[in-house]
Amino acid sequence: MSSKILMKGNEAIAESAIRAGCQAYFGYPITPQTEVLEYMARRMPQLGRVFLQAESELAAINMLYGAACAGVCAMTSTSSPGFSLMQEGISYIACSMVPAVVVNVMRGGPGLGNIQPSQADYSQMTKGGGHGDYKVLTLAPSTIQELVDHVGLAFDLADEYRQIVFVIADGMLGQMMEPVELPEMRELRPPPAWALTGAKGRPKNIITSLYLNAPELEKVNQELQAVYRRIEANEVRYDSYLLEDAEIAVVAYGTAARIARTAIRRAREAGIRVGLFRPITVYPFPYEALAEVAGRVQEMLVVEMSAGQMLEDVRMATCCRVPIRFFGKMGGVVPLPEDILAEIEALAQGKPAMVAQKGA
Amino acid sequence: MVEAEKQERIVFSRPKALTDTTTHYCPGCIHGIVHRLIAEAIDELGIQDRTIGIAPVGCSVLAYHYFDVDFAEAAHGRAPAMATGLKRVQPDKIVFTYQGDGDLAAIGTNEIIHAVNRGENITTFFINNAIYGMTGGQMAPTTLPGQVTTSTPFGRDVRAAGYPLRVCELMATLAGAAYVVRRTAINPREIRRLKKAIVTAFKVQMAGLGYSLVEVVSNCPTNWGMTPIESLEWLEKNMLPYYPLGDFKVAEGVENL
Repeated sequence: MSSKILMKGNEAIAESAIRAGCQAYFGYPITPQTEVLEYMARRMPQLGRVFLQAESELAAINMLYGAACAGVCAMTSTSSPGFSLMQEGISYIACSMVPAVVVNVMRGGPGLGNIQPSQADYSQMTKGGGHGDYKVLTLAPSTIQELVDHVGLAFDLADEYRQIVFVIADGMLGQMMEPVELPEMRELRPPPAWALTGAKGRPKNIITSLYLNAPELEKVNQELQAVYRRIEANEVRYDSYLLEDAEIAVVAYGTAARIARTAIRRAREAGIRVGLFRPITVYPFPYEALAEVAGRVQEMLVVEMSAGQMLEDVRMATCCRVPIRFFGKMGGVVPLPEDILAEIEALAQGKPAMVAQKGA
Repeated sequence: MVEAEKQERIVFSRPKALTDTTTHYCPGCIHGIVHRLIAEAIDELGIQDRTIGIAPVGCSVLAYHYFDVDFAEAAHGRAPAMATGLKRVQPDKIVFTYQGDGDLAAIGTNEIIHAVNRGENITTFFINNAIYGMTGGQMAPTTLPGQVTTSTPFGRDVRAAGYPLRVCELMATLAGAAYVVRRTAINPREIRRLKKAIVTAFKVQMAGLGYSLVEVVSNCPTNWGMTPIESLEWLEKNMLPYYPLGDFKVAEGVENL
């Protein structure tokens, strides 16, 4: 029997992490994700697990790194300016191949920006962000139930690939409430053999991202790239809605996708054959699946709460085989269903130009 | 008993906690002495199988090759934050960071201050040679007034570059600090004192008393442009007056260890 409870997105993130076996949480307050930290502050000590409010996001990501080196499931959460500060540590963790989970509840930027929902960290999350050749598996939920599911999944994927995994949300998902079904509490797993637990009964373990010898570092990079190829082969996730007979495909993820669904439903009522393609993993991006969609529809509409960052991936996927129109909102402005509906209607009426144009 | 039948007694050998890897340190540098003393302390305390070290960025970046204990390599200055994460999830382990002055007193000032102030049960060995060694001899926060470096070619002018940072004096003001001392390794007497401080610092952690930090006033023959002997003489004459040796914080309970 399922029993649903009403939960705020940020609190759902925290509770889901706890149930997935998160043994340590390190964080720093930043709106609009601070409730994750506050929830952890109460719950983790109750369970005899580690909670620590760091002095900065730099410290938080490095505390996470330290705990991850000990082989425990550990997480931090932050929002855009804090996420920028974490890039140094993320690059080190990526190279060191220790599992860890980072949740970014995005807000408007650049700079201090504001505290409204945004999707403008897409490129930073999916194209590297820090220095060096690395990628981070990034899950993009669009409901609070999915947020719960993805946080649990993120811990599994982090362990499987010995990599850092991102869950990408935004201020709207963090702050809204929805009924959710929570998973059972998992047992804490023992530390893996590579972990730094004291070299009792075994040779010492070293975790490092330093390889002064160039061919040796190239080999490490090749190993990392092999992991990314495995992730790209096995972990592509996407969802579609009313796409079977669609002539127009809206491409959107996260909050933008759920608003687009409402617009699509209304457009369908008006007789427009439109559907939604929603990447769930934004790295690895579902290039092949979207290319297949591009072969079936006449037009595409990309909707983002940014100036068009995913748009570049959509163009790569479709190789410009289909006209792409872009609709984006920036600075924490959330698109309304009517806005997206108007774009769909404009496309359906064959106007204006079908060529993709950046900017809202 | 004839001479050949006398039992051989080993009076000096490599500590178990030190590997037989050849180090990359410059001739005459104190890093090697400090490494050995830390390894000896680990052996004597019997903690090799539950000690985890964190290496810094800088000359001692490869410390993990030299110690035979579990080791992680931190980003520049972030060792105390990493050590905090490691120790918080494994409170029964002995966690130490090994950091230079650029690492601890410049880029990592925030991390060290807050880790000490939280009273993290970890130990830091802080090697202060008043210069950036790895990058080729630039000014460090600890560079003395008037000292010539590649980035203070006319000598450190405190009006432009500020004053040398006295780390022990600063850390001793923090409530979470249990043991903060400054030592050096310029002669056998000082080496014995340093060894005792290193053992005490680990004991402080083992007893759960709070943060322990041992600063070692050190040398850099290569970047100071001196012979090893000259560098020790320069250290004694110029550094020790600004960085006096001594105990800056010895919390209650430490003396009984």
